[in-house]
Amino acid sequence: MNLVRSTLLAAAGLAAFLLFWEAMPRLGLVDPAFLPPPSTIPAAFLREVALGVWPLAVASSLSHYVVGLGVGAGAGIGLGLVSGMSRPFEAVTAWVVRLLRPIPGLAWVPFAIIWFGVQPSAAVFIIAIGVFWIVFFATQGAVRGVDRDLIEVAQAFGFRSPLARLTKILLPAATPGILVGLRTALGQAWMAVVAAEIFGVPGVGQRMMQASSLLSTDIVVVYMLTMAALYGLFDSAFVALQGRLLRWRP
Amino acid sequence: MSEPVIEFRDLGLAYGQGEARTVILAGLDLTVARGEVLVIVGESGVGKSTLLRVLIGLARPSSGTVRVAARPGCRTPMALVFQDARLLPWRRVVDNVAFGLEGGGLSKAERRAEARKGLALVGLADLAGRWPHQLSGGQRQRVAIARALAVEPDVLLMDEPFSALDSFTREGLQDELQRITAQTGKTVVFVTHDIDEAVTLADRVVVLAGKPGRVAAEVRIDLPRPRKRRDDALQAIARQLRAELSRRSAEL
Repeated sequence: MNLVRSTLLAAAGLAAFLLFWEAMPRLGLVDPAFLPPPSTIPAAFLREVALGVWPLAVASSLSHYVVGLGVGAGAGIGLGLVSGMSRPFEAVTAWVVRLLRPIPGLAWVPFAIIWFGVQPSAAVFIIAIGVFWIVFFATQGAVRGVDRDLIEVAQAFGFRSPLARLTKILLPAATPGILVGLRTALGQAWMAVVAAEIFGVPGVGQRMMQASSLLSTDIVVVYMLTMAALYGLFDSAFVALQGRLLRWRP
Repeated sequence: MSEPVIEFRDLGLAYGQGEARTVILAGLDLTVARGEVLVIVGESGVGKSTLLRVLIGLARPSSGTVRVAARPGCRTPMALVFQDARLLPWRRVVDNVAFGLEGGGLSKAERRAEARKGLALVGLADLAGRWPHQLSGGQRQRVAIARALAVEPDVLLMDEPFSALDSFTREGLQDELQRITAQTGKTVVFVTHDIDEAVTLADRVVVLAGKPGRVAAEVRIDLPRPRKRRDDALQAIARQLRAELSRRSAEL
């Protein structure tokens, strides 16, 4: 299928989706308060911008997102590398990991509030936890999967210390796997942003909660689409970065 | 014979414990003279590659001694070319060749300059900027040879380096290796199971046989270089070695 044709089909699919969405409330099939038609969204968006609420919410959420992602991914890569390189470390942490891993980000909210207060750092904490596990397991698996033959090459050329093994072989060889984890985390972190802000830290999530309690569903949709757009932006930038970092691959 | 560069004395190597214990080598004595091309032949599993792995530090002997008398002031005592090229796919060709020079106090530009010299030696100067996946199997193996030569080893170790290549490429690389050893006067320890390859390259062929492996026969080849593969004298030595090998395996 050529590019023009697939682009046209994608546009047609989106148009059909929007038409269907517009038709449902307009034809009285659902209450417009439950499902605002898409044609009302631009006006709601402009209202939010004019109030100055939108830029503030987005700026605040973006800062939670970026810092949370950075902290979670940094810790995930760091500990994932150590765990991938060291069997004793993996053994020591095995049951701690099993204990903490299944706890969802939302369940950490009470502790986040107690430890950090209703502060941006609490939101960062929730987001970082969501990101951490994904990146940790991706990194650990990627390091474990590195071809032993390449490690022998490093040894044969005299690079025998763990640090040399890490920088010369393990890290570059594990990069594709780590990047897959990071890309998953990029999406996961936006989901965590909503969870992290529902308890009152200002941001997109908080604004969505306010709007939904007032049944201003059009405003909820504005922020849903805002998050989709921001995610799309970050994901596209990430894919470009990934392509650059992995340009050595066939 | 000049002073030995490498000397194995009563070398033994075994893996595992108790029932699972596998003895690869036992009571092996072997010396390598400076400047000679020593080719070790033998069946698979006889411990040929293990000898090279012991020399480069990838395996530890269980008994006996290994003495290496590298030339004082040489950059690296030994470098190994593996059976498969084992290039690092995330490095361009030139940086793969420069790999072994890292940590030697050279700047990046100096390392790359050295790497380019190594690439020129194997005739791949034009491909310095390529990624490994863009090379053919033969080219990849030449890059691996350049990577080993770049560290200016006193002894070049080669573990069946051409066995995964088609015969046309293989013979081309054998000729190239003859040229390089003539040019550099390097000591080479070359492992193969290909008798024709052995007699083409070697100043001396050592036959490893038995379980555990030990030196079963030794042939010195003083024919002039570059050698023609179809040369009668060379073929006669090859026949003699084949007979020796089949007699050894019949004994087992």
